[in-house]
Amino acid sequence: MAAASSVAVPAGHATDNYLTHTRGFLSWALTLDHKRIGMMYLVSIMASFLLGGIFALLIRTELISPGRTMMQASTYNQYFTLHGAVMTFLFIIPGIPAALGNFVLPIMLGAKDVAFPRLNLASFYLWLLGAVFFVVVLHTGGLDTGWTFYTPYSTTTSTQVTLAVTGAFILGFSSIFTGVNFIATIHMLRPPGMTWFRLPLFLWALYATALVQVLATPVLGITLMLLAAERLFGLGIFDPKLGGDPVLFQHFFWFYSHPAVYIMILPGMGVISEIISVFSRKHIFGYKFIAMSSVAIALIGFLVWGHHMFTSGQSRLAGMIFSGLTFAVAIPSAIKVFNWISTMYKGSIYLTTPMWYALEFLFLFGIGGLTGLFLGSLATDVHLHDTYFIVAHFHYVMVGGTTFAFLAGLYYWWPKMTGCMYSQNWASLASVLTFIGFNLAFFPQFLLGSRGMPRRYYDYTGLLGEHPEFTHLHRVSTLGSYFLAIGLFMGLFCLIYSLFRGKPAPGNPWGGATLEWQCSSPPPHDNFSSPPVVGDPYAMKNIKYDPKAGSYVKVEDA
Amino acid sequence: MMQMGELHGGSRMLSAWELLGQSGSFWLPPPAATSADVVDSVFQLILAVCTVFFVLIVGLMVLFVIMYRRRDGVEASDSPSHNTALEIMWTAVPVAISMVIFYYGFKGYLDLRTPPLNAYEVQVFAQKWSWTFQYPNGVVSEELHVPVDRPVRVVLSSQDVIHSFFVPAFRIKMDAVPGRYNQTWFQARTEGKFDIYCAEYCGSSDKDSQGHSSMLSKVVVHAPGEFENWLEDQANVVKRLPPAQAGEELYKRYGCAACHSTDGSARTGPSFKGIWGETHEFSNSTPTKVDENYLRESILEPMKKIRSGFQGVMPTFQGRFKNDQEIRAIIEFIKSLK
Repeated sequence: MAAASSVAVPAGHATDNYLTHTRGFLSWALTLDHKRIGMMYLVSIMASFLLGGIFALLIRTELISPGRTMMQASTYNQYFTLHGAVMTFLFIIPGIPAALGNFVLPIMLGAKDVAFPRLNLASFYLWLLGAVFFVVVLHTGGLDTGWTFYTPYSTTTSTQVTLAVTGAFILGFSSIFTGVNFIATIHMLRPPGMTWFRLPLFLWALYATALVQVLATPVLGITLMLLAAERLFGLGIFDPKLGGDPVLFQHFFWFYSHPAVYIMILPGMGVISEIISVFSRKHIFGYKFIAMSSVAIALIGFLVWGHHMFTSGQSRLAGMIFSGLTFAVAIPSAIKVFNWISTMYKGSIYLTTPMWYALEFLFLFGIGGLTGLFLGSLATDVHLHDTYFIVAHFHYVMVGGTTFAFLAGLYYWWPKMTGCMYSQNWASLASVLTFIGFNLAFFPQFLLGSRGMPRRYYDYTGLLGEHPEFTHLHRVSTLGSYFLAIGLFMGLFCLIYSLFRGKPAPGNPWGGATLEWQCSSPPPHDNFSSPPVVGDPYAMKNIKYDPKAGSYVKVEDA
Repeated sequence: MMQMGELHGGSRMLSAWELLGQSGSFWLPPPAATSADVVDSVFQLILAVCTVFFVLIVGLMVLFVIMYRRRDGVEASDSPSHNTALEIMWTAVPVAISMVIFYYGFKGYLDLRTPPLNAYEVQVFAQKWSWTFQYPNGVVSEELHVPVDRPVRVVLSSQDVIHSFFVPAFRIKMDAVPGRYNQTWFQARTEGKFDIYCAEYCGSSDKDSQGHSSMLSKVVVHAPGEFENWLEDQANVVKRLPPAQAGEELYKRYGCAACHSTDGSARTGPSFKGIWGETHEFSNSTPTKVDENYLRESILEPMKKIRSGFQGVMPTFQGRFKNDQEIRAIIEFIKSLK
């Protein structure tokens, strides 16, 4: 907040903190501190995001005009595969839980660390090892199967499928370790007074996510091992030439990968619940409905995988069941959206950078969620399946939803993580630019898809006879992607600049009532010297700005 | 790279949007089959629901941000933090709406997936990267020919990886999966030519710029009576043309052209140009002279002799021909390529 400028060092800003506690490379590489592990994850995940983003820009540039623009078809196939694989396995899945969650979860809970700090560090190094596999794949022949590894294409292509699935297998264990750790932490390390229904909604979301990580990821691991075994030893599981069934692979794959969609979006929804409440200065509306809807999404999410296969030849009965369950899983998400909007009602809304991102999230996730209705409905999915409509839909959910929530959370907790305040004006401007660029890039893709453009096409020259409009729609999409990239870089620059020139952050710059705002910015090495006093995580009325302290403080008698 | 000048062509942009308006609705291409009517009505229903909810959500959000924006000295009003009746209401209403959408979606799907018993049947063979269509009398074609206003059942199979048969104008799509038969059906109600796309990613080859995005064909919808004439005409290719010409026709029809050029350039497979009488080397066999017996074997059992420098990826054509004269005609065609 602007008023912080009147105080040189605001209340709650700490120079002796987890960053300055010890020094040297090994103090980071061998750290068991969840905050440092979270920061290492953050940096690594942002690097993956950059890598995946470069692939995205290359793909979009190739599609700016029909025919060959700058690369061969096989190169294009590799780029869209690696874009998907890197973004999914290295960025979106670990993004919020492993980076933000690792940092925030124990402090928000009022604990000194996660339940198993060594497992936490192991999870980070497994992530690194998995990432190394992907980098090796990149330099030794690439991967051209699409991130979905569909058989029998993936069992017959000459690219590095075995290496890539081994990498994804290892990343899966990293994800399981994080999940196990979070479940144990939330069960065992809650301080006195932190009852289940006093858990901040971000923690409910992380808890539901962790359940999915632990229960679904092993299925992916086994599936990918079977795929590797089929390639290495000629086992006949998926390849019809060897007596296997290629559609079986799709069942196995989506049994993980659909729940994984909720691994990606649930933590984002948790972040949004925190931010909307804090910046509306209002108690979150319908706490229990939001908390339970996270758990409901996690559970029903296990039963809808067949909606990826409505045109695979699965039976009409299976189609009916999966479609019905898909509509069931949409309801809890709708409930959350209504609750967020109601939270803003009669609030006092602060348009800070995190709030900008949160509002943009509501807009984009609204479109992403509603367009899911076209895909859950059987008749329309037959037409839209495997077209750009799908591509647009999941980018609205995964980027417009998860990535915008990730950025909202990053800007929200940045002062806590680094002790530095960034420029609200510049960062908010960056968020609006990112938002506009995103819509320019992906909205035309709905139109491309509903008018018939299939996905994963290197060239659309042959389609222009029936669809001359495709060139223009692709061009707008590509230009939008450049604006999106500029917005993201501008946002990143705001954060990096704040590290050097930012004002010192107070303990509670936003007026949050959850526990992480009770310890200093940045937090001390062991978070809390004594167990914190646990209250209602959304009692905004008790948190008032104190100009003398330059920070929000708790007012007991409000 | 594209020419940057094109970006500033405002009039070109405008014409694109005009085109969009002329061909079908804003969202969907012109419908050309009964299946498209089924899908489009569900699409419009969902679009209406989405529009209402999107305007509601974003409208309220914008309204609240403006009405309740932060003002100095003004605090958030006290309002309840939950309201069970309201929350049950906004759970129940979406449940009811989604059940309606589910019902119409499922009803439409049953139509799309249930071919009438009297439907005309066409076999569809998918392979990297071409489509082949075979009619009940054995005729084979590269484009799918069908009569207007008559239900057509297509039975799909694949020779290699998974492909997907997609006709946007008909709103139908079904995967062609190796090792099993899938089916779908349609009843075209507009004469003309409509695009067929492959909708399941199936790779590409840089050698001959073939791949997933070039695995295209057309549905040709004939006026009443014309389809039968076309089919009759096609059935007699070996009788109606000299062998070499018939062979050229068959070369296109069976999709040989996807991998074998006639101009000497190597694609996925070797070119046919000038090979007659040559002696070739093989990665899995002793050198052999290109004669009738070798060509026949290469067509029916392509893996027996794999030409050096190429990968053995050709599917067998055993059982694909109407009669032996067709093989003979293809051999004559290759012979003629000096």
